[in-house]
Amino acid sequence: MAVVTAEPQLPDLREAKGWRRTKNRIMTILMVVSFILVIIPLGFVLFTVIAKGASIISWSFLTGGPIASTVAPAGVGGMGPAVLGTIEITALATVMAVPLGILGAVYLNEYGGKNWLAALIGFMSDVMTGVPSIIMGLFIFTIWVLHFGLSGLAGAFALGCLMLPIVIRSSYEMLRLVPNALREGSYALGATKARVTVTVVLPAAIGGIVSGSLLAVARAAGETAPLLFCIGAASEANKNVFSGANTALPSQIFANANQPYVGAQDRGWGAALTLIALCFILMIAARLVTARFARYSR
Amino acid sequence: MEQSEQNTAPGLKAIPESATRQPQVQMPEPAAIRDAEQTAGLPAEAGVPIFEMKDVSIYYGSFRAVTNVSLTIYEHQITAFIGPSGCGKTTVLRTLNRMNDLIPGARVEGEVSYRGEQLYGKDVSPIAVRRRIGMVFQKPNPFPKSIYDNVAYGPRINGERNKKKLDEIVERSLRQAALWDEVKNRLGTSGLSLSGGQAQRLCIARTLAVEPDVVLMDEPASALDPIATGAIEDLMKEIKDRYTIVIVTHNMQQATRVSDRTAFYSVLVNPQSDTRTGTLVEYAPTDRLFGDPQDDRTKAYVTGRMG
Amino acid sequence: MSTVARADQATPAGSARALSERRPLGDRGFQVLALACGLLVLVILVLIAVTTSQQASSWFTTEGWKIFANNWNPGANQYGALAFIYGTAITAVIALVMAVPVSLGIALLLTEVVPYRWSRPIVYVIDLLAVVPSVVWGLWGILVFAPWLQHIYTDIASGVKGVPVLDSLFGQPVSGASFFTAGIILAFMITPIVTSLSREVIATVPAIDREGAYALGATRWEMIRGAVLPHSQGGIVGAVLLGLGRAMGETIAVALVIGSSPVITSHLFAPGYNMPAVIANQFGEAFGLSRAALMGIGVLLFVFTIIINVLARGIVERNARRKRGA
Repeated sequence: MAVVTAEPQLPDLREAKGWRRTKNRIMTILMVVSFILVIIPLGFVLFTVIAKGASIISWSFLTGGPIASTVAPAGVGGMGPAVLGTIEITALATVMAVPLGILGAVYLNEYGGKNWLAALIGFMSDVMTGVPSIIMGLFIFTIWVLHFGLSGLAGAFALGCLMLPIVIRSSYEMLRLVPNALREGSYALGATKARVTVTVVLPAAIGGIVSGSLLAVARAAGETAPLLFCIGAASEANKNVFSGANTALPSQIFANANQPYVGAQDRGWGAALTLIALCFILMIAARLVTARFARYSR
Repeated sequence: MEQSEQNTAPGLKAIPESATRQPQVQMPEPAAIRDAEQTAGLPAEAGVPIFEMKDVSIYYGSFRAVTNVSLTIYEHQITAFIGPSGCGKTTVLRTLNRMNDLIPGARVEGEVSYRGEQLYGKDVSPIAVRRRIGMVFQKPNPFPKSIYDNVAYGPRINGERNKKKLDEIVERSLRQAALWDEVKNRLGTSGLSLSGGQAQRLCIARTLAVEPDVVLMDEPASALDPIATGAIEDLMKEIKDRYTIVIVTHNMQQATRVSDRTAFYSVLVNPQSDTRTGTLVEYAPTDRLFGDPQDDRTKAYVTGRMG
Repeated sequence: MSTVARADQATPAGSARALSERRPLGDRGFQVLALACGLLVLVILVLIAVTTSQQASSWFTTEGWKIFANNWNPGANQYGALAFIYGTAITAVIALVMAVPVSLGIALLLTEVVPYRWSRPIVYVIDLLAVVPSVVWGLWGILVFAPWLQHIYTDIASGVKGVPVLDSLFGQPVSGASFFTAGIILAFMITPIVTSLSREVIATVPAIDREGAYALGATRWEMIRGAVLPHSQGGIVGAVLLGLGRAMGETIAVALVIGSSPVITSHLFAPGYNMPAVIANQFGEAFGLSRAALMGIGVLLFVFTIIINVLARGIVERNARRKRGA
């Protein structure tokens, strides 16, 4: 007698069929597309800046001066005054904002704890990062330039106001990561709180703090608006950052962008390339610092 | 034998119930458990009392974490605090060098005196306290600095700047911690590069570098393997004639191996508020505590029926 | 009760004396210094508000409510700023409409789709995007992007000619330097911050929730719809608001590509103006009442961005707290 046994149906374990699967695919593609939508303009900008700026970049461009008038053709003069201005104004702003910002973060994390003042300061510090940079320029214009005139120092104040909350936030995050066990070890040896903070906590967090500060510097170096009303528009290099009109790369780019003259535009591209290169170098330095100190503290 | 009611603060229920104790010579104190030796009338151990705690309770905010601790710790002895988890032994230890001050809301009631002076007196500076009473933690916490800088840290913050003296101190401390031979050629390398046992010995060297009077150790070997543990225990016995050591340990065998006196802590549960409060149950020379425990709870713990 | 005090201070051990040292001056001083630095933030914010309002007071008093009129004409002594407020709003909206889906897409790409190893290069690209200075965007925008867009705008405008709604939005007049161009460039600039904040928010969704959705046989997108998005809604709103604040305040790039024409119009491809742009372009040469007016526009901008940022941070904070406490 032949027994007919039905084949057991294998469970269907294939992917979800039909519309669900398609929808999933579409969404994934959309996500990838959004990333591409971002790469394209970035690529374009970088490509254009490099292509148009490279031809004018030269040692004399970077260091020579004075800054040519707008109608002059490319190759006349140089951006030296602007490069110097950017370096000295940004450096001065950094020297002011970074220590103050680190100390502010020290207050928030080491002393403030959960009290209302620390919460308020932390909150308003974050809010302050969203204040438009031109407001900082107007502010310093009002309280400093109107009384003491245009100068690199005024620009540095404005940039410093911009950098301060950024440094506070990033330093605070770094200090939070320092394990309490290190603090306790220092306390147990009879250190005062200030000692603990300065000799153990800050050194442990220094990598992240430096990296965060470098990013703040990169941000400040690229800012134009705060400088607009604070430093004026010098065409000669001004070594004295504390007095007298000055200029900086972003300011020069802004001034040249509006010009119809090819020479001016070329100078603009050259300055833009220089500025982007500077910002990138700072950003890469920040990454390197993070990587190196991550290894050290492991 | 007299069955004395287990002394408890009102509202707290002890586990287990009632206990049998030797008759006390003086009037029974309502809320204190005395050092068994003294109450039995035997001569106190010859030794300078370093810490005296009387009716100490420790609060975190309104929560009473530890209650009714009274004991005396003697110089040049290793005193062990043992007990189940949550019994407050670490809390009591940290009271001895005012590390609990770092916890907001922590409060100590009762008397804690160090060489006769009130540790929690009005003018007492915790900084000064911690320079004399050092601490080694459960998990080794070397600073992310070089081995040399780790050990030199303490002397440096105390003002020592002379390079030669620092070199001497570093070598002496590392020798005392039995780490010198292993690291003498790489004092500049990071303290974080050491193995667990080495790192802990580094932390001990760091503590010894300031030449404290007392060294408190909070489960110093619990994060280490047995061989490293043995090294730490040998070290403790080596240095005890120069320092006074109080060690918290959850390892009873370790207590029997190294300590001269042992204090057993336990947990009191408050059924209404469902809180647990630690308390000192018994304190005696180690042999006596383990060999002939007076309190039932001690007996249950040391024979392994509890904890 | 005191023990015999040892006069030898070199040996701290063994003596109970000198347990009472007063808190060293340096310790206290350091704390005060740190507190002062923290307070600096509040001080600066208050000073900004006070000093700029003071400078702008003549504008407020002279114009009164007419500061919200649409009649900016310094030559004729008219300083109504509505056109700039409109411009700020429109460009910000355009920027958000474009940037938010893209940023969310990238954030989801990073958290859900891409394995960790590949996420680093993508994050680097986003960081690169963030590091390009505003003025470089503006330079490229006005010299390269805008002329190219002009062709596209013209084509679109002729295509929608006569069509009811679309014509008023996308019809003539068109110009490379316009609201829309400014909006696009703003979108590029705010994408990094919206992306990174959204990413942070999405990353806090517990793995259990994701697994729960998968365990029911959901596809990845269904899991995102069901488990990730509901959880991160609040935080994403906060991220979007932050992007809005940024879009409103970006100055230089907008100043270069917006067209510098104070008009209120529905035509998105037409040249326009907005608050930070007019300040950047005209403040340098303004004096008297027009300077006060520009300063006043700055005050308005300050107030708007503070409000939006407080809202944004508040929402993000509340979302984070609910997550932790829940």
